[in-house]
Amino acid sequence: MLITAPNLTRPDETYERLIAIHDGLTEAESHALNARLVLILMNHIGDHQVLDQALRLARDPSRAPD
Amino acid sequence: MTDLVAERYRLAFRLYPYARSPDQDAPAPARHKVIIAGGGPIGLATALDLGRRGVPVVLLDDHEGAGLGSRALCFAKRTLEICDRLGAAGPMLDKGVQWNVGKVFHDDRLLYEFNLLPEGGHAFPAFINLQQPWFEKFLHDAILAAQAEGAPIELRGRNRVDAVTPSADHVTLDIMTPDGPYQLQADWLIACDGARSPLRGMLGLSFDGRVFEDNFLIADVKMKADFPTERWFWFEPHFKSGDSALLHKQPDDIWRIDFQLGWNIDRAKELEPANIRARVDAMLGPDVAYELDWCSIYTFQCRRMDRFRHGRVLFAGDSAHQVSPFGARGANSGIQDVDNLAWKLALVLDGTAPDSLLDSYDAERVHGADENILNSTRATDFITPKTPVSKLFRNAVLTLAEHLPFARTVVNSGRLSLPCTYDGSALNGPDHPDMPPRTRPGSPCPDAPLAGGWLLPHLGRGFTLLSINQTVPDSLSAHGLTVPRLALDATPEIAARYLGNAKGAVYLIRPDQHVAARWDHFDESAIAAALARAIGKV
Repeated sequence: MLITAPNLTRPDETYERLIAIHDGLTEAESHALNARLVLILMNHIGDHQVLDQALRLARDPSRAPD
Repeated sequence: MTDLVAERYRLAFRLYPYARSPDQDAPAPARHKVIIAGGGPIGLATALDLGRRGVPVVLLDDHEGAGLGSRALCFAKRTLEICDRLGAAGPMLDKGVQWNVGKVFHDDRLLYEFNLLPEGGHAFPAFINLQQPWFEKFLHDAILAAQAEGAPIELRGRNRVDAVTPSADHVTLDIMTPDGPYQLQADWLIACDGARSPLRGMLGLSFDGRVFEDNFLIADVKMKADFPTERWFWFEPHFKSGDSALLHKQPDDIWRIDFQLGWNIDRAKELEPANIRARVDAMLGPDVAYELDWCSIYTFQCRRMDRFRHGRVLFAGDSAHQVSPFGARGANSGIQDVDNLAWKLALVLDGTAPDSLLDSYDAERVHGADENILNSTRATDFITPKTPVSKLFRNAVLTLAEHLPFARTVVNSGRLSLPCTYDGSALNGPDHPDMPPRTRPGSPCPDAPLAGGWLLPHLGRGFTLLSINQTVPDSLSAHGLTVPRLALDATPEIAARYLGNAKGAVYLIRPDQHVAARWDHFDESAIAAALARAIGKV
């Protein structure tokens, strides 16, 4: 089951790192980084059903996962 | 030489020269039980399988043998097992090139290499590379051997089917020969006449599905170069030939190079030797001496017929389904069609099984075709991304794959052909939860070493009862069939592949070496019921 309740241990710091990791990159390089990041996190999660819920939630954030 | 039956391509081997048949002088169309249209690998294998089961077959082809060109090339383990059942695998294995190592490149970077290292305890390797004409020749050699032992197989070269008229219980064929036309009738017609199937067209049947189109330049290059016997695959190769390229070893010092060219190409221009040489030179480097052995541009679409059975006409191989070349799923799936069809048709013809058993050929092989089309379409989408964002993700996967093993599982340069499991087939009987999933009903039997040989050669003449750690009578008779028992010792391979956590097992195995049903003890009435189900008597 996809966790949608708050789960980040240090939300502000983590978000800051997400933005900072793109410093100095062109837009194309940033898109490539994001794509790699998605793949790395997908592998960490692993479970197909959880990922499917996450993908659908990303497409339509107003619809809570089943 | 007359041109009533025009030659459409050159031959590698002349196998069945035209000879006038008495049927051509018959006052009324001669009636045959089974006519096979098409003498490619699927038609030949169908004739061989039916003939060895005692079914009289006449095969018609508008040529006299195997066409020139390496074409299908990669033959999978299951194909070799089926050919072994047909008495044709030995020479294929001797002539073919076995390979295990694959390397994957992006541009000019080696991303990783893999070893197919097949599981131990199997008679046949994961793959061999063998030029299609040799595959056809070895099937034909096996037909000659079967004919010598009395198998009722007749091959008619330069017999072109020009028209087909279906009726309720037979079909009538108009055939052209170098001596002019004649007619034949058949109880059953099997159309193995290839991706452009003239018969499909004559019957007005559609060939739909997701259409994906691309062109591949195949260059077979003869050279003594010092390349290892490996499969090399490039995404966006540095030699700028297109979206992908593949280098593969064949017998006789020949290398297969596949260049993916894209859809909008000038076919004639791409086939000019100077242009082919320019591509090959860019790939191999300036110092490699080679000669062009055979070149072709191959166009594919991913699609299948709605149904593979149309009354008394059955479609098998490329005439019924077509896939991209990624994964070697063309000829290999066609041979599985043959494997599935021949025993069913033999049982229907001798009255043991109802005509409706042939509907299960349609259901099971449509399932197989869909699996192949799905795998082939996914590979195609990975190799040729359709949108900017899919290209972004594809290249992200390739970048990660150079460093991280997890990403290599996503890289898709073709998922190599594996035999189909007929999950959900109406022919499947009971399963047992303690036994391994890989041998559930519908699965092809995995091979295993037995004392002095292998398991699979003991399976496939008819139905077989396989018993492990169970007392089972020598044979069981029901529904017009006598099913012999094969008792197996629980060796490590047999235990892992067939027993799992069960203490004993009884398997009902179909004539195509697929599992029909399994139990942990012998129960005659349950087995008889499963046998009835497996021959469509339910």
